[in-house]
Amino acid sequence: MPDIKFRVKRQDPGDNNNPEAHWEEYTVHYEGENLTVLEGLFYIQEKFDGSLSFRFCCRASVCGSCAMYINGAYRLACQTNVKHLDTDLITVAPMPHLPLVKDLVVNMDEFFAKYEYVMPWLVRHSPDPEKEIIQSPKERKKIDMPVDCILCGSCYSSCPSVWSLGASLGSKSEEYYLGPAALLKAYRFEVDSRDEGGKERIARWNNERGIYRCHTIMNCVEACPKELNPTEGIQWLKRAAVRRKLFRKAK
Amino acid sequence: MIHHDVIVVGGGLAGLRAAIEAKKAGVDVAVLSQVHPGRSHSGQAQGGINAALGNHPEGRDDNWEKHAFDTVKGGDFLVDQDCAVQMAKDAPGVIYEMDHWGCPFSRFDDGTIAQRPFGGAGFPRCCYGADKTGHYLLHTLVEQAYRLQVKMYVEQYAAGLIVHDGVCQGVVAYDMIHGGFEAFTANAVVIATGGAGRTYSNTTNSLISTGSGMFMAYYAGVPLKDMEFVQFHPTGLYTTQILMTEGARGEGGYLINDKGERFMEKYAPKFMELAPRDITARSIQIEIDEGRGIGGKGYVYLDLRHLGAEKILERLPGIRDLAIHFEGVDPIEEPIPVVPSQHYWMGGIDTDVNGATVMPGLYAAGECACVSVHGANRLGGNSLLETIVFGRRAGAEVVRYLGSLSDKRPNARTAFAAIQTMEQKVEELGARKGTENAYELRAVMTGVMKEHFFLFRDEPTMTAGLEKLLGVKARVKDINLRWTGSVFNVDMIRTMELEGMVDLALCVAMGALARQESRGAHYRTDFNTRDDVNWLKHTLAYYQPDAAGPRLDSKPVTLGHFELQERKY
Ligand SMILES: Cc1cc2nc3c(=O)[nH]c(=O)nc-3n(C[C@H](O)[C@H](O)[C@H](O)COP(=O)(O)OP(=O)(O)OC[C@H]3O[C@@H](n4cnc5c(N)ncnc54)[C@H](O)[C@@H]3O)c2cc1C
Ligand code: SF4
Ligand code: FES
Repeated sequence: MPDIKFRVKRQDPGDNNNPEAHWEEYTVHYEGENLTVLEGLFYIQEKFDGSLSFRFCCRASVCGSCAMYINGAYRLACQTNVKHLDTDLITVAPMPHLPLVKDLVVNMDEFFAKYEYVMPWLVRHSPDPEKEIIQSPKERKKIDMPVDCILCGSCYSSCPSVWSLGASLGSKSEEYYLGPAALLKAYRFEVDSRDEGGKERIARWNNERGIYRCHTIMNCVEACPKELNPTEGIQWLKRAAVRRKLFRKAK
Repeated sequence: MIHHDVIVVGGGLAGLRAAIEAKKAGVDVAVLSQVHPGRSHSGQAQGGINAALGNHPEGRDDNWEKHAFDTVKGGDFLVDQDCAVQMAKDAPGVIYEMDHWGCPFSRFDDGTIAQRPFGGAGFPRCCYGADKTGHYLLHTLVEQAYRLQVKMYVEQYAAGLIVHDGVCQGVVAYDMIHGGFEAFTANAVVIATGGAGRTYSNTTNSLISTGSGMFMAYYAGVPLKDMEFVQFHPTGLYTTQILMTEGARGEGGYLINDKGERFMEKYAPKFMELAPRDITARSIQIEIDEGRGIGGKGYVYLDLRHLGAEKILERLPGIRDLAIHFEGVDPIEEPIPVVPSQHYWMGGIDTDVNGATVMPGLYAAGECACVSVHGANRLGGNSLLETIVFGRRAGAEVVRYLGSLSDKRPNARTAFAAIQTMEQKVEELGARKGTENAYELRAVMTGVMKEHFFLFRDEPTMTAGLEKLLGVKARVKDINLRWTGSVFNVDMIRTMELEGMVDLALCVAMGALARQESRGAHYRTDFNTRDDVNWLKHTLAYYQPDAAGPRLDSKPVTLGHFELQERKY
């Protein structure tokens, strides 16, 4: 029955007595072989400190609620077994570079505003067929990777272009970089054989907020807990933009 | 105070589908959700969603009538047959619509939506997207909600209904991001808050599946129906109860005991591993109880190895990831240790086929509702279908209801009073001395549900369980809040909802004790057959402020399409 130390970054910006960030240590005790970081946080919240704030829902790595910065890397707290971190000190911090709500909870409004901006939905102009729109397994395969995104925000928080160009809230966000998750979503629809929105959507990602801000630093690929590759999607969009330009010129 | 014509509480599949329907009709609708809608429990669904599309080569003769019949039989004839027929008829249309909205279903070679066999179904009619069907459906509806500019209030926790003169006029909610309570007034409210699996300690459900919408309605006087019927899924992971979809068996996976036998042969020779869930789950438990669990321990194996790496990687990639991350087992190499686990809430807020409750202005859809299309046991793939079919129907019904109203102004005084009541409640919870610990009590309650109201039930066990629950209920009065801060107060939500969860547990317990028969998921060793003479009826549970448990009543089951018959597989 092991014990393990958790160092958790705490901050309640609304607490006038103690608005600054600070670290607190707790000893988490568990039975058996396995403990996820999320279970450790619940242990702390239940046993030691009711005021600890963190997001959770599925505890099965599919909802994207619990992305945090754990032992120096982006991870889903629910998917991270302390055993695999191979250490007796677990450090847990909120995703960096995003505005803080409290403790491990960051504000995701801007993240979702950018998601919405790229028109993340299937656009159709043709009348709907009576049954399904035919899509071959080969065409379906093209969206395999991007449809698995759980919008956890890890890639977004990890991207230097996002840091320098607009993760902060309240700024004139219309000018700022959309970030990897939103662009991956744009890619997801651009490569869907059923989508007919290319003409409208391209203006949303082929602009100064979009693909050209990506300098293929690839932090996003490293950060993604679902092992997705936003950079690959962005590169595809860049090539598509070039193709389109050439095509226009030729006409 | 914030006002919209319609407030939908819950951003899962049912809530979003209801909101989209209302929005398309031009109604001012808003969704209020405890988590971002895209993070709702629905996203965890894996296996698929049923509709008689006939895309599968072996499913060409399938049709809505057969789907309805399988549903009724699977539910051990406690299903309201007109509702099951309606659902099966609506099914193909709503699936095609999801496709037109971009849902990434898997495909057959001819480009049609792929379908796989699922438990209790005569044909392969379960439409799927790999083993992430819920995630794909949910994201598709989130996308449509953004497209249609449905207003979403994210991370708002609804804590109570606003009721004026017996009419529902909104909800009071805790704003998790900014702090404080706010009244959201409306002319109609749709509850779509999902199931109550977290009342059991061994559940596959999300951490927020606490039944909050059910007890909100219950406290407002709306009856809960068939609460004793709780589904236990045959295959949750041994240590975490994270689900291994029925699709794994649909793709050909075996259940194996310690002797290496495919033991389902004994219990359901025809359907084998694809018998309905109640039967399969009980069979596993018998194997375990009789000492044939693996190494004599409390689990059996789900064996996928013979499917081969290619099929596992293509059809069940999510299952593989979950087994690796959460159980340390790669299903390509090793069999997966599994146990029966609480999974689905058949009972819920009593509604008609359009989501209407007995309270004017109050509607419900999805897992929190009981229409009833699942009766005593839900078939896999029918619950995702229920969310979309009845979410849509509830949305349409709300629009019709709004059109029939002459006075559309909710009473402001009642709304303010509702906020004050909530604020006082929190203040009072914070000021209490708190001789009891909310989390210890929660653990006691969830443990009692697992020990006393699980797969096999009998009077002495349940009576003892009920006593313990009543003990918990008495002690809940002495819990307190440990932190009264305003922003993202996890302690407050988890403490406040404990009492409601205990009241839901009491509905299960008393309903189960009263029902002296075995039907579907409710299996009593002391009354081990179905009793259509005395018990072919729904249970209704009414809240009684002055008593510890509910007042029980009943209402007839709607028959008329299919003859009653013995359930054999
Ligand atoms: C692991 C798993 C796999 C499954 N697989 C399948 C499958 O393959 N096929 C199938 O048919 N069914 C499946 N099911 C069942 C199915 O997923 C659920 O029944 C269904 O998704 C419920 O959807 P819902 O919209 O009713 O509720 P949910 O998806 O649970 O959504 C509830 C919503 O309500 C909100 N909410 C809750 N309480 C409050 C509150 N107090 N205030 C504000 N908001 C609140 C939440 O934020 C959430 O948005 C599965 C279930 C599980 C557990
Ligand atoms: S791409 Fe990966 S890291 Fe980025 S939001 Fe999606 S799942 Fe998270
Ligand atoms: S709680 Fe859902 S991803 Fe961790």
